[in-house]
Amino acid sequence: MTALLSEGILSCIGRQSAPRREIVTRRDIRKYAIATDNRQAKYLAGEVAPPLFHVHLFWDVVPLSALSPDGVSIDTLLPRFPLEKAMAGGLDITYHQPIKPGDWLTATRTLTDIYEKSGRSGPLIFYEVLMEVHNDAGEPVVTEKTTRILR
Amino acid sequence: MSLTPKVGMALPERQHLCEVVQQMLYNASLWNGHRIHFDMPYATEVEGYPGLVVAGPLIGDWLHQVVDEWLGDAGTITGIEYSNRIAAFVGETVTAGGTVTAYDPGTGELRLEVYVKNDREEVLAPGVVTARLNR
Repeated sequence: MTALLSEGILSCIGRQSAPRREIVTRRDIRKYAIATDNRQAKYLAGEVAPPLFHVHLFWDVVPLSALSPDGVSIDTLLPRFPLEKAMAGGLDITYHQPIKPGDWLTATRTLTDIYEKSGRSGPLIFYEVLMEVHNDAGEPVVTEKTTRILR
Repeated sequence: MSLTPKVGMALPERQHLCEVVQQMLYNASLWNGHRIHFDMPYATEVEGYPGLVVAGPLIGDWLHQVVDEWLGDAGTITGIEYSNRIAAFVGETVTAGGTVTAYDPGTGELRLEVYVKNDREEVLAPGVVTARLNR
């Protein structure tokens, strides 16, 4: 048994969000490409999405009333952790196939792990969220594992 | 266009000015309302930052772009592993770059170490990109 992580918190491992299905549009690709300082014509014209476009497509869209006072959408996949100060996080992404306007994509997020380590200045909590994006044919499009550290 | 990668070769670096309008458009395009990115009194007085914080995934995007521009139509990024270690602030100019660390001419598979650093040579986000050249 770990010191910080209760049974209740650990029992959240495996929790999954409801699948979210979104359509890719040329306009959204163009806006994303311009806002990221991209200078490749195929992205600026919205013919195909640049890598990392799935971040835009699946960012949580919630009513203003669901935002915390600092403007952040609360991630309902996560339990309330005993440490709350977020440190650097890491991403591990696999791109399986390109994203184009007209594609309907579905993302499912799973809380795949929660664990504790002792850092130099005290305990740290790690959690991992896996986002799997697939198309309507059921083929994988993007797989993203996010690791976040709390202190 | 064809590329002839060699292990150890450096990619052309790219500078990005973290400009306020672009930051606003980026966060708006995501639907990211986190005040540290656009509300200066909040970012500095409440959160204690020296300025408006550049969104972490935007730095991640620049790690992709430095490879993706170099590849052009000759190949595709197949994956990335990276972490955001140090924040960047609006008004800073950051530099993205990378080095080829492995290349298999048989399969066209490439591995590159990439970075975004600030003008104090601090690496804000280190990463490893995998890519494949078109056959």
